[in-house]
Amino acid sequence: MASESVREQTGRAAAGLQESPRHDARRSTADGARDSAPGAPADAGAHGIPPYTGDPLRRPRRPLVPVAPGPEAVELSGPVFGPADVDPLDSDLTRQHAGEPLGERITVSGRIADRRGRPVRGQLVELWQANAAGRYANRLDRRRAPLDPNFTGAGRCLTDDEGRYHFTTIRPGPYPWPGREHTWRPAHLHFSLFGTAFTQRLVTQMYFPGDPLLRYDSIWHSAGDAAARDRLVAAYDPGLGVSGSTLGYRWDVVLDGPAATWAEEGR
Amino acid sequence: MASVIPAGTATPAQTVGPFHGHALPFAGGGAPAPAGHPQTVTVHGAVLDGAGDPVPDALLEFWQAGPDGSAPAVPGALRRDGLAFTGFARVTTGRDGHYVLRTLPPGGAPYLAVCLFARGLPQHLFTRVYFTLPGHDPLLAALPPDRRLTLLAAPDPGHHRAHRFDIRLQGDRETVFLDFATPRSGAAPGAL
Repeated sequence: MASESVREQTGRAAAGLQESPRHDARRSTADGARDSAPGAPADAGAHGIPPYTGDPLRRPRRPLVPVAPGPEAVELSGPVFGPADVDPLDSDLTRQHAGEPLGERITVSGRIADRRGRPVRGQLVELWQANAAGRYANRLDRRRAPLDPNFTGAGRCLTDDEGRYHFTTIRPGPYPWPGREHTWRPAHLHFSLFGTAFTQRLVTQMYFPGDPLLRYDSIWHSAGDAAARDRLVAAYDPGLGVSGSTLGYRWDVVLDGPAATWAEEGR
Repeated sequence: MASVIPAGTATPAQTVGPFHGHALPFAGGGAPAPAGHPQTVTVHGAVLDGAGDPVPDALLEFWQAGPDGSAPAVPGALRRDGLAFTGFARVTTGRDGHYVLRTLPPGGAPYLAVCLFARGLPQHLFTRVYFTLPGHDPLLAALPPDRRLTLLAAPDPGHHRAHRFDIRLQGDRETVFLDFATPRSGAAPGAL
């Protein structure tokens, strides 16, 4: 299986060496024809894409050990964040530099809730992403695509009393998966979320509706069945954007895992 | 209520990927102990893959009780003031797979909760660092002795108030990783 045999690159010099020749080759070829040939068997699971199962040397081989945390378990609580931790400007990724970043401006907002639908209030939401050209302002990303001096691609905010978060940013570009032929990551935002309990910790990726790259993306497919994958795709919401300025995307998140308040309520 | 999301529809996790180093680490992330605190302990070790090679791009988060045994409810973990103990830490591994945490010893249950993120993990992993192995701990009681030992930090006599805790993602001494999401309702597989 391709996803098993190809160890992802770890960045650094190797990535640059791998990437440059392929990038040049792509330029001299009909891009459209190549992109329309995913090369995956039509019956190998949903969309013919084997789900990403991780680095074969990194994912644990033994089953996870189930834990029913008792009242003594520190994991039923979690870190507390406050206004001193996050600057209000941290949630606007288009205003972190002197100039304006390139790209399509977007508003991304939604509600964070626990599995019972209760809002997760005052908690930390972190966002990181590639720029409009699909490159990260990260020394490990050696791809030949332009950096944007006006875009770092990292933001933070705290949820409000209704569990809502709000970011202003630009839509990231897709980018080729280093070391894999004809494999592009769909445009995505990386999200890091905290609940009231450490057990609810979540890092995931948000995708954009209607992206033709989704059906070819093994990482998106690793989320599970169609319903689970759909929960990672934001909804276009014309009312959410700033008129004349940003396109609006709504993406709600439900955090898994037990929290102390469940036990208090006799769940 | 107006906008209740149906129960049981948790948002799936996705890999942290390789490109988080410019976004998630923060100044002082590995040093939750207040400056100069006399009880400060150092916990350090390596994250290792199935070939025994270091994992140079892991992100480790720690959450713990303070020395008084209670979980801190104190903000300021991201902008440390050097005074408050927030109980939360975030460190990355270096090129040698090594991390260092400077914290206070937890009171009550004698462990640190750990959440591990790395490229190549479809989702994060939970584990614990125990400083002692108490007899009444329900998790430890359910583990065979050799597995139990993977959760025990070893005193590091070469350094002042230091403990060594390596995390092995695979192999004979694979670290015990925990599943809080589906307690007792059937074990989840280790990979997805």
